[in-house]
Amino acid sequence: MVSCSEKGRTERVLTVCPYCGTGCGLYLVVEDGRITGVEPDSLHPVNEGELCIKGYFGYQYIEDDRRLRSPLIKKDGKFTPVSWDEALNFAAARLAKIKQESGPDAFALFASARATNEENYVAQKFARAVMGTNNVDHCARL
Amino acid sequence: MTNSVPEIGQYSDVIFIIGSNTAECHPLIARQVIKAKERGAKLIVADPRLTEMANKADIWLRVPAGYNISLINGLLHIIVKENLYNSDFVQNHAEGFDEVARAVEDYTPAYVEKLTGIPQQDLVEAARFFGRAKNATILYCMGVTQFSYGTGNVVSLSNLAVVTGNMGRPGTGVNPLRGQNNVQGACDMGCLSNVLPGYLAVTDEKNRARFEKEWHVRLPSKPGLRIPEIGDAILNGRVRAAYVFGENPVMSDPDSSHLRHAFEHLDLLVVQDIFLTETARLAHVVLPAACWGEKEGTFTNTERRVQRVRKAVNPPGEARDDWWIFSALAQKMDYGRMNYLHPQEIWDEVRRLVPEKFGGISYDRLEKARGISWPCPAEDHPGTPFLYEGGKFATASGKANLRPVFFDPTRLPEEKVKQFKHALAGKITELPDEEYPFTLTTGRRGYHYHTGTMTRKSWPITQVTPQQLIEINPRDARKLGIEDGDFVKLSTRRGSIAAKAWVTERVPEKTVFTSFHFWEANVNELTINSTDPVACIPEFKVAAAKVEKITPAEFQAILQEKKKKYLVDLEEEVAGQSKSGRREAHV
Ligand code: SF4
Ligand code: SF4
Repeated sequence: MVSCSEKGRTERVLTVCPYCGTGCGLYLVVEDGRITGVEPDSLHPVNEGELCIKGYFGYQYIEDDRRLRSPLIKKDGKFTPVSWDEALNFAAARLAKIKQESGPDAFALFASARATNEENYVAQKFARAVMGTNNVDHCARL
Repeated sequence: MTNSVPEIGQYSDVIFIIGSNTAECHPLIARQVIKAKERGAKLIVADPRLTEMANKADIWLRVPAGYNISLINGLLHIIVKENLYNSDFVQNHAEGFDEVARAVEDYTPAYVEKLTGIPQQDLVEAARFFGRAKNATILYCMGVTQFSYGTGNVVSLSNLAVVTGNMGRPGTGVNPLRGQNNVQGACDMGCLSNVLPGYLAVTDEKNRARFEKEWHVRLPSKPGLRIPEIGDAILNGRVRAAYVFGENPVMSDPDSSHLRHAFEHLDLLVVQDIFLTETARLAHVVLPAACWGEKEGTFTNTERRVQRVRKAVNPPGEARDDWWIFSALAQKMDYGRMNYLHPQEIWDEVRRLVPEKFGGISYDRLEKARGISWPCPAEDHPGTPFLYEGGKFATASGKANLRPVFFDPTRLPEEKVKQFKHALAGKITELPDEEYPFTLTTGRRGYHYHTGTMTRKSWPITQVTPQQLIEINPRDARKLGIEDGDFVKLSTRRGSIAAKAWVTERVPEKTVFTSFHFWEANVNELTINSTDPVACIPEFKVAAAKVEKITPAEFQAILQEKKKKYLVDLEEEVAGQSKSGRREAHV
């Protein structure tokens, strides 16, 4: 398994394009812990060494300055950075209260066609096993 | 998809693309189509717009938005009349052929031309190509499903494939091209309100018991709400808390102003994402997630191919994997069966629970393979690139069910339906009228992706497609005094947006097209939330609209209004708060 790169090394990490459902294979080129480019996977049976513009250039958002880097709670109408513990305690307490007052079906989860299988599995398990509702759906209909 | 993508390039000799802008939305599948063409395969494209694919087609059927069923029934009519169907296949592997043959009797080429404007000769030629093909494949996308009768559209396509025996062999099949990288996987994993992972119905006690044993809880048996129903459920107080991860429904859902309004009424909105999206700006709690390239796991592409995605760099600041966040929250809520340490443990749980589909797909095998297509029940099973081999279908009888499908733009053809067993029917929800004389249809642009959260942060992409454009036919533009590049206002009964006009033959007369990539002019403020009764998919592809020319000053005023509405400045503001700590390693 290829892991994070270290300083001064260039690595190529084999993965799959995050955009459309074609699922082309590609390598992320990593230098000094940063992604510097993308190369198509020539052994992949679907894309056979080619990519479209989204595959080649779409990765730039990863390094964007506007990425969220801290949990936020809206206090008096303003987003305030907080610790994970505070954010999770806040959410857990409110979810438990709403479940107790209005029942499990007062909760709904919008899952993600962008996230991994593992994350979607865990998300629906959270809705069904922890919250006790089948109100979990995602954009397949959209 | 019933079949895999490389089969198109290798085996298909007729390719029928309907309702898919393949070259722009699935470019590397389009490449396989071109590869097939270079081998001599014929390409038939049905689309209201002159897309790049339509341009490359041997036959382009310019079907008006919404009229797919008439077109497909027309093809079936000719195939039956001219004996181009596969009688062997129909006899041994299908049920209901006589009903369908009777149902399409009325759909003569002349009648279809009257309904759709498609020249009779073109329809006949297309039917002959398809009927005589050795291996014909059908590729379709949201231009088929995004209707209140989307299920009817899909059923009529599978009628076409089964009647001609184009199922269960390489290079054939009925193949939906799935939009997002892992929409297939999210469905497979049970992120649908009626099924558990592996498409096991929640209503079946045996299915629930399977999961209850592993999860140590009693599971709810009533199917849940579907996304298009959630807005109303919030407004009438049934839903009080919502959790959104990696989605931007305020931009992507139909009649989005309604949903936005509903979200403002929630007692708790948790949004877990990588940017402060239009939806996240409304949240009470925002949880920062790691994104692609920063995490391990698997995606499943449109061919059901499960593939490994790998971590290349660390996430910024405190951002964490989505699975970690859900696990941590579950523990805070005293649920003890979600203490995962690595995605592989999660995937092994899925394999254990749904062995019939995923049992044989281990991380170890995925290290070497370029993905494995499910079903793959055992480690020594090669996976299943195409379904229904030898004409064996996943129905009780093992045969494909053919069902008649009817369409009438103005009213449901109910008397017709009554004359047949198991017939389906559709009509358009909102037809153009005097006040709203255009048909509005929506989609994506080649260089952007959905709500633009990701692609709008790439400079090469933003450079080639910097702004929203509204496509309008030159004859309509002339009548309204609109020139290419003029500002126009586009309205439906649900709202208005403003953008520059692109005067082009790409769209037929009386039709306008635009995308949902830009908050500045988000077409989903205009779309209609009218859904298919079976799949609950909204009718994105047709709504009645009007177009007016406006001045640059009027355009600016509308832009400012939208900027306020989507709280656009908030994203920069929050980013400014926490600039430090970029890419620190975390444990
Ligand atoms: S490279 Fe293009 S065609 Fe391939 S998966 Fe990515 S977006 Fe889709
Ligand atoms: S939004 Fe629509 S096109 Fe995109 S992945 Fe979801 S279902 Fe497919």
